[in-house]
Amino acid sequence: MEQLSMNLLAVAFFLYLAATIFYAVSVTGGKWRNKEGRMTGNNWGKFGYITAILGVVTALGYFFARWAVAGHAPVSNMFEYTAFFAITLSLAFVILYGIYRVDVLGVITMPIIMLMIAYASVFSTEVQPLQPSLQSHWLEIHVITTAIGQGILAISFGAGLIYLLRTIDLKSKSMTKKTFGVEFIMYALMSTLAFVIVTNAFSAFDYEANFAYINEDGEPAEKLYELPPLFGPNEGELLTEERMQPWVEMPDWIVSDDLNTVFWALSSGLILYGLVRLLTRRRVGALLQPLFKGVKPHTVDEISYRSIAIGFPVFALGGLAFAMIYAQIAWTRFWGWDPKEVWALVTFLFYAAYLHLRLNRNWHGEPSAWLAVIGFAIIIFNLIFVNLVIAGLHSYA
Amino acid sequence: MRYEGAARRSQTYNKSIIDKIWNFFSSVKVGIGIIIVTLIASSIGTIFPQEMFIPPGEDPATFYAEEHGALGQIYYSLGLHNLYGSWWYMLLIAALGTSIIIASIDRFFPLYKALKHQRVTRHQSFMKRQRIFGTSNVNEVDTTMEKAQGILKKKRYNVFEENGNILAEKNRWARWGPYVNHIGLIIFLIGASLRFFPGMYIDENVWVREGETTVIPGTSGDYYIENLAFTVDFYDEDDERYQAVMEENDEEHIETFHTDAVLYTPAEGSTVGLDQELEEVDRHGIEVNDSFDFDGYSLYQVDYKMNELKEMSFEVEDRETNDVLGSFTVDLNDPDDGYTLDDEQVRIHSYFPNFVINEDGVPSTENNVPDNPGFIFEMEDPDTGDLEHTFLGIQANYDVSPDDEENRYEFSFDGIETNNVTGLTVRKDNTLPFLIVGGSIFLIGLVQGSYWPHRRIWLQRKNDEVWLAAHTNKNWESLKKDIDAISEETEVTTPQDQTDEEHEKSESQENNLHS
Ligand code: HEM
Repeated sequence: MEQLSMNLLAVAFFLYLAATIFYAVSVTGGKWRNKEGRMTGNNWGKFGYITAILGVVTALGYFFARWAVAGHAPVSNMFEYTAFFAITLSLAFVILYGIYRVDVLGVITMPIIMLMIAYASVFSTEVQPLQPSLQSHWLEIHVITTAIGQGILAISFGAGLIYLLRTIDLKSKSMTKKTFGVEFIMYALMSTLAFVIVTNAFSAFDYEANFAYINEDGEPAEKLYELPPLFGPNEGELLTEERMQPWVEMPDWIVSDDLNTVFWALSSGLILYGLVRLLTRRRVGALLQPLFKGVKPHTVDEISYRSIAIGFPVFALGGLAFAMIYAQIAWTRFWGWDPKEVWALVTFLFYAAYLHLRLNRNWHGEPSAWLAVIGFAIIIFNLIFVNLVIAGLHSYA
Repeated sequence: MRYEGAARRSQTYNKSIIDKIWNFFSSVKVGIGIIIVTLIASSIGTIFPQEMFIPPGEDPATFYAEEHGALGQIYYSLGLHNLYGSWWYMLLIAALGTSIIIASIDRFFPLYKALKHQRVTRHQSFMKRQRIFGTSNVNEVDTTMEKAQGILKKKRYNVFEENGNILAEKNRWARWGPYVNHIGLIIFLIGASLRFFPGMYIDENVWVREGETTVIPGTSGDYYIENLAFTVDFYDEDDERYQAVMEENDEEHIETFHTDAVLYTPAEGSTVGLDQELEEVDRHGIEVNDSFDFDGYSLYQVDYKMNELKEMSFEVEDRETNDVLGSFTVDLNDPDDGYTLDDEQVRIHSYFPNFVINEDGVPSTENNVPDNPGFIFEMEDPDTGDLEHTFLGIQANYDVSPDDEENRYEFSFDGIETNNVTGLTVRKDNTLPFLIVGGSIFLIGLVQGSYWPHRRIWLQRKNDEVWLAAHTNKNWESLKKDIDAISEETEVTTPQDQTDEEHEKSESQENNLHS
């Protein structure tokens, strides 16, 4: 059953891939004639939509099968939560595409969903027993609602990105704040991709380098690297044979293996990005730009706004209201300024600011699109950084 | 446009200091500024752990510098280690509340007036100013208007007619969404500030040993709790689901921990004091996620300590005769002054529940928890009448005599008893009803304002033309679809979106001419 559920997730991944391809063809492909012989666009978008819906159904199959195996909703470690976030994003896509029928939204959103699933699978996929405070239906309600809210909010990033790629001049020679911003987003996405590839490559060969080192309390301990150690631990001594010596040794207050991982992700992303630019001699954004020629800026601006308008109440319900109910039951207080709680509040305040800025028409269009990108960055920051780096009650790692 | 020209106080008065304050807080720009400053301040508080999260017993004055270096030192000296309780953070929240109240009042009445007394026939310039606007040459004006009316009614618009002109309106009530949600926020914030009034909020901790009954702190002696038994359950190591994790690390995986508790209240009329009579009120198994609730208080399972020493037994032997004189058991939490062996008496000279040698080199105790008990026992030698002293602690057994002579009586351990201690949090929060009411109103208002758009379409006759203008507070593309339905079925042509690119260019030129 556990295997079945993982297989379903893999199938969903490939359905999302197929949907990406269909949507890409629908945008770039030729127009078809209808019965009366008029040019009407083509049907690839419809295929894309059907495949995307099948993907969501299959992915939900994974979710409920795993729920049945584990006996609790699979949203309680990094793998489970990130995978679920990807699923809610695809669910949100299905809803918003249903309203607006804009094919390019699929071209952008589907790959982001795949990237998220791939990123999730870097973490341990084992079914874990739940510690006492996590055994609550309120936790499940809270996390599921929050993830749905974040999934809907994340659509605004996809639509915002389309807006930017559609309207910003990326071909000009000189670098401006705008072109830099777009390229930075491209680089961030490519780093995630590179990170997934690199970690999978090394884990395929069971790469491990174990170190004896002196930890921050001055005591001897061991640390396991799953990527080649460029940054070694404090007074580290390699225990595994035939592994490279670290380039530099880190002081004890730095979590050296995390730093090592981040460095690998960012630098392999840089190499990937650099290669693409070198080979094509164009900005990555400029390479994608032709896809978006036919998009009406108004429409994607509205999709971006609408997903926030729909997602904000859901997020407020799950990330704050249900969160407070759960916290009151499990941790005796509804609010405790735990970093994860604070970042949920920051997310909430950010989108509240967005909605008020939108009251002024000058903020529609490009400024809104940038804000949508920043909002998504805050959500991802809360997922990755606050979970893995800032230890708190919510820490999954 | 938003308030249709109805006057807002903030745009009418600007003389007195009160006007100025009013105008300041009613500005949406200022409101957004406050939200953003609060957002940034909140996130700064997560850079390093707040004071409440640093390990207990650490001195913040040194902790931040030691743990986080120079930045930590700065963080501490700026007071950021206690950011959310700082006066300026509270001031920010207060400013946010003030801004919400004033901005809402400032806009509510004008908006109410404007929407209440809407005219169906609007002035030409009003029509032209709308983002969606178009004129169509129409042959059959009457039928066109009639058809359009039918279509709009089918789309659930409320249609008002005046001199053959039409105003179709939908979801006006959604316009009140922001006001409803702001009211909810205000109630929530007021509720949160009630926390600071005495009696509204109680947060205490209590440790209760198995078999022990203690007064519940924070209840002014009204309630007592007894810990009948405390248990910890572990996940089954053979559970197939968790095999992978169980094999990986062999630490024990706790499933739950549990206190069987009985709640008492002092019997009416019984004397106040240690031996007062208690009456049982209720009993409940307290677990994480399942608190014991009574009379507005809640007892939460938060912590525990297994196998705390409870009783220690000792045996005493006479070195001269090698006879065992007997044994006795000391309740470590409530030792007697003395114990009777078969014939002799043992007196406890000193008891250190948690023995340490303090800075002055004197034996003392860290606290009252018997984690490392130490005793000085005193016995009288019946033959000489001398008083003998023996120190006994964990892995320690010394004769204490000024002249280094061996004592006649030898003490030895003869077993221990342990028990489990449950750690409970006592909580009372009378602000919760406000937060629940405020939060619910907020969410209702949020949904009301976000999920329904307020749309209006004006259709007017101008000789052989039909003029169409439309306005919505959100989702213009969907509004256009409604209008498309009209232009498909009637002679009305698709109107312009005056913010469309091509249109914008020409309009901006026009604006340049005017300004
Ligand atoms: C965290 C606090 C706040 C939240 C969650 C919040 C929420 C909202 C929401 C959801 C809307 C509707 C937006 C839309 O439908 O596009 C709104 C509208 C509005 N908010 Fe707030 N708000 C907050 C604070 C403030 C503050 C501080 C001000 C002060 C200036 C303010 C003034 C307004 C105004 C003037 C409107 C427009 C009302 C209308 O449409 O007539 N809000 N607010």
